[in-house]
Amino acid sequence: MGLSSRHLLGLQDVPKEDIQLILDTAISFKEIINRPIKKVPTLQGKTIVNLFFENSTRTRISFELAQRRLSADVVNFAASSSSVSKGETLKDTARNIEAMKIDMVVMRHNASGSAQFLTKIINANVINAGDGQHEHPTQGLLDMYSLREKFGTLEGLRVCIIGDILHSRVARSNIYGLKTMGAKVSVCGPATLIPREIEKMGVDVYHHIDDILPHVDAVNVLRIQLEREAGGYFPSLREFHRYFGVTKERLDKVGRPITILHPGPINRDVELSADVADGPNSLILEQVQNGVAIRMSILYLLGTQN
Amino acid sequence: MVTKQTLIDSKGFVRTINRLAHEIIERNKGAESIGIVGIRTRGDFLARRIAHKISLMENISVPIGCLDITLYRDDLRGKLNQPELKMTDILFDIHDKNIVLVDDVLFTGRTVRSALNALTDIGRPASIQLAVFIDRGHRELPIKADFIGKNVPTSQTQEIQVTMSEIDGEDAVYLIEKGADA
Repeated sequence: MGLSSRHLLGLQDVPKEDIQLILDTAISFKEIINRPIKKVPTLQGKTIVNLFFENSTRTRISFELAQRRLSADVVNFAASSSSVSKGETLKDTARNIEAMKIDMVVMRHNASGSAQFLTKIINANVINAGDGQHEHPTQGLLDMYSLREKFGTLEGLRVCIIGDILHSRVARSNIYGLKTMGAKVSVCGPATLIPREIEKMGVDVYHHIDDILPHVDAVNVLRIQLEREAGGYFPSLREFHRYFGVTKERLDKVGRPITILHPGPINRDVELSADVADGPNSLILEQVQNGVAIRMSILYLLGTQN
Repeated sequence: MVTKQTLIDSKGFVRTINRLAHEIIERNKGAESIGIVGIRTRGDFLARRIAHKISLMENISVPIGCLDITLYRDDLRGKLNQPELKMTDILFDIHDKNIVLVDDVLFTGRTVRSALNALTDIGRPASIQLAVFIDRGHRELPIKADFIGKNVPTSQTQEIQVTMSEIDGEDAVYLIEKGADA
């Protein structure tokens, strides 16, 4: 019993048994976060540092709640108000923090591969909370948890990831994880926002949203990442909405309910129309709740390993 | 050399459950106020058996639940293998109930300590009573059972094995002696 790795860097090459264990363990934690006293003493005495070199609201709060609900000691670090702004390198920052005797590091960084790099310079367990355009494994896992909870299984489930695939670490983690669990995954977006050779990851590519919607059980709608200059890849947000926006009108045409996921924060009426985001088939707020349970599951499984 | 001695056979097992059920009813003057909570895994099955017996005798449905204490263990990091986390499943409100906590073997008392913490994190019962099938001594904490199936003085090297038909195929309690060469 237990995970096969000391770290969670991505979902690429993570064995099916590990994903299964993380998802199954999260069921118990979801029960705990719905109790009046949402806290267990499991990680008492463990110190966890949240290293956030990039802005984040829900992921950071979700991790911090998960850590506190497991009774760990938590230190938060935001790059904007730290020695990084004085020019310190990631290596020095990480080694200095480790010298203060910490057990786990949760890191978000704008450079792809930075989490992997961190494992080579420190001994603590490393959890990747998003590295550049590479992976965001806890988001992938919470999306899979939400889908599994709704549909009972991921095997054979048809999921389409829509929007800015090129810049999206969420898309990559979802593709790796869902494929491992036997789901049928497709992507849909303007050609400029679909990475070349993505077919090699085992997904079908669509450029017309109305071609794929009738063939899926769920869609994971990605945020147009304006901060990564995604705006330069298509003429206008209005045009993007017209061709790729997930709207009530489009979904109604399919004639059966399609489950909606979105990693947040939503650009309302750009990639997803407001009535769909707030509609009955939206799992968006459920995803947020499941995020805490999934992160507790990962912290527990890594934090109590030998 | 491993020797295995039968302490309780299947007939004795049923009689012991029946006696525990009677004692619990007697102490609580009926079964209206009680809830029965078993500690996973075998405590859970014992709890169900006791609750079933009480329900038959008192003609009232006794709420039952089960507790997974994995997250409350004090030896989580020292264990060789990470234990599998299962669900705590207590669907009734334990507030102001007299909770009977059920486990198969009372040994160091550490499991019960974990269970008490786990239980009080869920709510505030009027009281918590402890029922165990076997008390084998060697307590490391100031914990004492209210209802005991059988007292078995043991040495540290011996093991008590409780088997139940639901998962092990038979109802019995064994004393297992491991020789120096085992």
